[in-house]
Amino acid sequence: MYNPQLVLYEEDQHRITDSCNRLVRDANARSVFLIDKDGQLLMASGDHHGLDTASLASLTAGTFAATGSLAHLLGEKEFPHLFHEGEHDSIHLSLVGQRWILVVIFDERSTLGLVRLRVRKIGEELAKVAEEMQARAPQSPDVSLFSNITDEDIDNLFDDL
Amino acid sequence: MPFINFPAREITCKIVYYGPGLGGKTTNIQYIFDKTNPNAKGKLITLDTDADRTLYFDFLPLSLGEIHGFRTKFSLYTVPGQVFYDATRKLVLRGADGVVFVADSQEERMDANQESLENLQLNLQDHGLDLRTTPFVMQYNKRDLPGVLSVPELHEQLNPWNVPEFQAIATTGFGVFETLKMTVKLVVKELRKSIG
Repeated sequence: MYNPQLVLYEEDQHRITDSCNRLVRDANARSVFLIDKDGQLLMASGDHHGLDTASLASLTAGTFAATGSLAHLLGEKEFPHLFHEGEHDSIHLSLVGQRWILVVIFDERSTLGLVRLRVRKIGEELAKVAEEMQARAPQSPDVSLFSNITDEDIDNLFDDL
Repeated sequence: MPFINFPAREITCKIVYYGPGLGGKTTNIQYIFDKTNPNAKGKLITLDTDADRTLYFDFLPLSLGEIHGFRTKFSLYTVPGQVFYDATRKLVLRGADGVVFVADSQEERMDANQESLENLQLNLQDHGLDLRTTPFVMQYNKRDLPGVLSVPELHEQLNPWNVPEFQAIATTGFGVFETLKMTVKLVVKELRKSIG
């Protein structure tokens, strides 16, 4: 069995961007990221220049997975919210639906209480988007463009390496 | 699970390097990082112990060429090989689109190879995957060391599926890119088959 793929379309992107931008503004956050549990970055919002977003996504997914296993050891289903406090910047992670992780990075201009309050509302919106994407992905007709990938196309992938 | 991002025109896939401890998984990734065009790679993350043993995982994002206007990206991960890190291996394997098994060719490491291979099959099953249907490549590493088994012997003991196999000396890079290229090919072909 091959895993079902995750497909992001323009319409999904607009909805996700809108939610994440509002979260940046309403929570006075520095930046907001939406990440798949497998470590894929879906959306980056706010000030994220100079930040290695690929590594951030991978490490966040790893942290969440490890903490999930810790929860199982204690008989908990999972720990849906995680918080790491730094001297200047802090990071709040929360589970959205079954597959996504919402990451909020904030500094002294905000507070944990405000972030948690705003994350709750936006998280519900995003969970709805995730649910709709999950339901739609397998029968999407637009991905048929991959059917005519040739062996030459695959060989050419390494030209820039 | 490939991630297809239409607005960004990108496809991202995940390849996991699996195998026994000290078999050369991290050395494979390190060599790829060292020899890749700077524009095609992100930062290499290694989470290891003071003794250079992988504690959690290594991670290297690679950006390859385009297919039909879509940039292809591959996230390369290694798992910690030591037996007691099984929970971590299971987590890193989650969502894998392709797997490379880095076997140690030395005769005294055959038990470790087989144990790791069995562990891989069990952990894939937990994610609803199967080695027979997952893009999978076998690498026989450390071919330069004394006391290595012959390729036919390794094949007989480790590759009953007859998946593509490569000899390698990861420390010098021999066989490293050949292994990666074959894995990428199998992953893209599976993408074509599954969603085309």
